[in-house]
Amino acid sequence: MTMTASQLVFDDAGSVDFHDLGKVFANGTQALRNVDLSVGSGEFVSIVGPSGCGKSTLLRIASGLDTPTTGHATVGDGAIGFVFQEATLLHWRTVARNVELLMELQGVPKRERAERREEALQLVGLDGFQKHLPKQLSGGMKMRVSIARALTLNPDIFLFDEPFGALDELTRERLNVEVTNVFAARPFTGMFITHNIFEAVFLSTRVVVMSGRPGTVVGEVQVPLPFPRPLDLRFDRAFTRLVSEVSGLLREGSS
Amino acid sequence: MTLTATQPMSLPKRRSGRGWAAAVLPPLLVLAGFLGLWYLMSYELLAPDRRFLVPPPHRVVSVGFLDWENLQALLVGLVVTMRVAGVGLLAAIVIGLAVAIAMSQAAWVERSLYPYAVTLQTIPILALVPLFGFWFGFGFFSRVVVCTMISLFPIIANTLFGLKSIDPALRELFALQKVGRWKRLRKLDLPFALTAVLAGFRISAGLSVIGAIVGDFFFRQGTTGIGILMSLYISRLQSELLYASIILSSLLGIVAFWLFSGLSFVVGKRFDRSQA
Ligand SMILES: Nc1ncnc2c1ncn2[C@@H]1O[C@H](COP(=O)(O)OP(=O)(O)O)[C@@H](O)[C@H]1O
Ligand SMILES: [Mg+2]
Repeated sequence: MTMTASQLVFDDAGSVDFHDLGKVFANGTQALRNVDLSVGSGEFVSIVGPSGCGKSTLLRIASGLDTPTTGHATVGDGAIGFVFQEATLLHWRTVARNVELLMELQGVPKRERAERREEALQLVGLDGFQKHLPKQLSGGMKMRVSIARALTLNPDIFLFDEPFGALDELTRERLNVEVTNVFAARPFTGMFITHNIFEAVFLSTRVVVMSGRPGTVVGEVQVPLPFPRPLDLRFDRAFTRLVSEVSGLLREGSS
Repeated sequence: MTLTATQPMSLPKRRSGRGWAAAVLPPLLVLAGFLGLWYLMSYELLAPDRRFLVPPPHRVVSVGFLDWENLQALLVGLVVTMRVAGVGLLAAIVIGLAVAIAMSQAAWVERSLYPYAVTLQTIPILALVPLFGFWFGFGFFSRVVVCTMISLFPIIANTLFGLKSIDPALRELFALQKVGRWKRLRKLDLPFALTAVLAGFRISAGLSVIGAIVGDFFFRQGTTGIGILMSLYISRLQSELLYASIILSSLLGIVAFWLFSGLSFVVGKRFDRSQA
């Protein structure tokens, strides 16, 4: 399925806008400097940059977990889904009850919770695991649960903070495909942090490259490839060209 | 997939098969050794006229446990002590949880209260016991106060530790949903801390029995608990009965400890993170 124009129509609920953003922590560490970045509704933007350059901080500011010290962040008033570096599951809850957690906290009625839970589990391919406990799942499956949990909120904005960094290459590839499938099935505004340039290009409509600390945007690469994206897109000429472009920017930015 | 399906079924079986013998045999051997030493002490090391200091085990059993009148006095005392321990432990649980939760909610509460919680551990409560007698009388209430003071600290310390070891990322997950602190306490903090909380209860259960006996022992007035009996037997040099009362009260402590160990075990399967 290719993305049709109608699916790209959004209101402002899904936009993220950083204007001349800066962040200095209480201990004097300057994490971000003059960050200008606009992510429009329905875009999927990956952010790559050397570790410690403030990528997580940027995402935390977008989600409201942290505040900038200079400049401002304007974030649409839609629901926000946040997928952390770890799966952050409650170890005493079954998969089903973990997926329902956020809806429970939001006071969604039980009937509707069950419906949205099943829908989300289907979407990430975890149907049948409802009764499992997190300790019975592999790292990749835990991450799927975490994504399903965020999906139940029908997020307009989906923030991913290096969610697949700890997974093996095969699992990572499979989850990359899942994410693009979800993105195609139920569009949202995505911001995805990663160290992996292939992953960044594969998932995104645009890749933003940041410099070393204090982090700032040094360049970006548009990825005009259609969705859905098959795995062997990685061996496509156009794909590899984009990868090397990002790689070049990254090297410039950190030198 | 087959691996995860078979593992949980086969593992406990093998463990419990070996586990029973491994759990029961060593303590039994220690008990046998202990009884041997005890007899040696009674018959070989002590002169007959001083044998009353360490009466042989069978004498303790026949005088303390097989003589109905003596046993009845011991059991009545034990029940009195048990009630003090039970109420004292319950009070310690309620107060301890409340204090620990308050401490976890605000740093200033923790800063203001924790030094005094630690003081509970270091203060010679024995020296305070007579004071409680003056203040509150020598009845049930003062005994419960002593018992609660002695068993309070582990509950505070363990609960607080559990509440503070919550994964910061989980806190952020809840913060993103703008969850109020009571809801978070219910859905995240308390379930997360449960294993540590129960460990605190377990330690305190044993201490509450000690606390009840200590209160009893020092007051020597009011209803006759097993502690009062002990001091009575000491003053009358009834060493068989003294040993019997010590054995009974240890058993009470062990039973209390086991009850809470059982509870931890049942709950632990799901809530213990080290097994996750
Ligand atoms: N709460 C904090 N207090 C002080 N320094 C911090 C804090 N959080 C992050 N930092 C520092 O800010 C910099 C950027 O952190 P982060 O956003 O996590 O980087 P990234 O996700 O790109 O690896 C790092 O040097 C980090 O040590
Ligand atoms: Mg990071």
